[in-house]
Amino acid sequence: MAAEQHSPLEQFKVKCIALCGDGGTLQAFSFTNASLFMVLSVVGAVLLMVYGMRQRSLVPGRLQSVAELSYEFVANMVRENVGPNGRQYFPFIFSLFIFVLMANMLGMVPYSFTVTSHIIVTFALAIVVFLGITAIAIARNGIHFFTHFMPAGVPMWLAPIIVPIEIISYLSRPISLSLRLCANMLAGHTTLKVFAGFVVSMIGMGGVLSASGILPLIMVTALTALEFLIAFLQAYVFAILTCLYLAEAVNMEHH
Amino acid sequence: MPQLETATFLPQLVWLLISFVILYVLMAKLALPRVAEVVDGRRKRLEHDLEEAARLKRETEKAIADYEQALAAARAKAQAIAGETRARISAEQAAVKARLEAEIAERTKAAEASILAAKQQALAALKSVAAEAASDVVARLSGTAPSNDAVEAAVAQALAKRSA
Repeated sequence: MAAEQHSPLEQFKVKCIALCGDGGTLQAFSFTNASLFMVLSVVGAVLLMVYGMRQRSLVPGRLQSVAELSYEFVANMVRENVGPNGRQYFPFIFSLFIFVLMANMLGMVPYSFTVTSHIIVTFALAIVVFLGITAIAIARNGIHFFTHFMPAGVPMWLAPIIVPIEIISYLSRPISLSLRLCANMLAGHTTLKVFAGFVVSMIGMGGVLSASGILPLIMVTALTALEFLIAFLQAYVFAILTCLYLAEAVNMEHH
Repeated sequence: MPQLETATFLPQLVWLLISFVILYVLMAKLALPRVAEVVDGRRKRLEHDLEEAARLKRETEKAIADYEQALAAARAKAQAIAGETRARISAEQAAVKARLEAEIAERTKAAEASILAAKQQALAALKSVAAEAASDVVARLSGTAPSNDAVEAAVAQALAKRSA
């Protein structure tokens, strides 16, 4: 058990908390540590955006400032990247951003679980974005949507090369979107755990060598700061890429 | 690797769906309209306040212009009144001065005339007094009274010599 506890990947293990099947097996509705942190992310977002705004002050307090800042941040992102056609999708982009941000930030708490480090979660979010935006694009542009795969001005004889490339590039969007977020979280948390493990094992060497444990400690402190930046940055990247894909769908030019 | 344990996929997807749908509904229906209300309200209030300030400034400028106009009008009026008064007073002064000068000239003339008369009277009196005195002196010295004509001629001659 001790060996497994020290594995850097142990932190990503999904464990059943409630509604478990026989012998702790997982069922469809089983409430796991992953479920717990998804619910906590929602609670965090609601605390910030509803509890934080409860006073609706003209001059905002600290929590209200943060709530308004998040709102303005995503609103500007949608306005600048999608334009007026994107207004109706703002609540979805905002929910996506705040959910990923909260999940990433809660993952930075020691002994917590990082929801976004699981490819199935990020892939589910990315595929919803991908399918939704494709549906919007077809609904708005009809058959014209397919000209996306054959950019204007490309000579006809290049079509057999360009069209497959464009199709593959389009279909790989959900994969790159989900892998980027998941891999960043996975790699970051694993690295933190590995360096934290070095601290323990170096101190455990005893004598003068114990003092060298300070080196990985410095490293792990610096990496923690970096991970906070990445936690925010990846939420931002996820949201802004969604905005860019959406912008293509709603602002497709008709020739 | 826990990420690849397919048994965890279904419960994760189920709870992701549940939590994300709840989050989306709460954000779209409750939180975001509320934030929008506050942010827009603040922007409108700021715009309104700025407009109000601009309006008050315009009013102030208008009041200042009105005041300056009234001031200029009052100043012009005051100058007109002052000029008029000055002209009236100088005309009156000139009239009074002319009257006084005339009066003074008249009085001077009268005074000169009376002085001349008095002088001539005095001179005439002097002649007779001198003639009397001379005839007395001659009578004392010679014992004979000289003729009046001779005395008078001598006095006149002496007076003429004096005044010459």
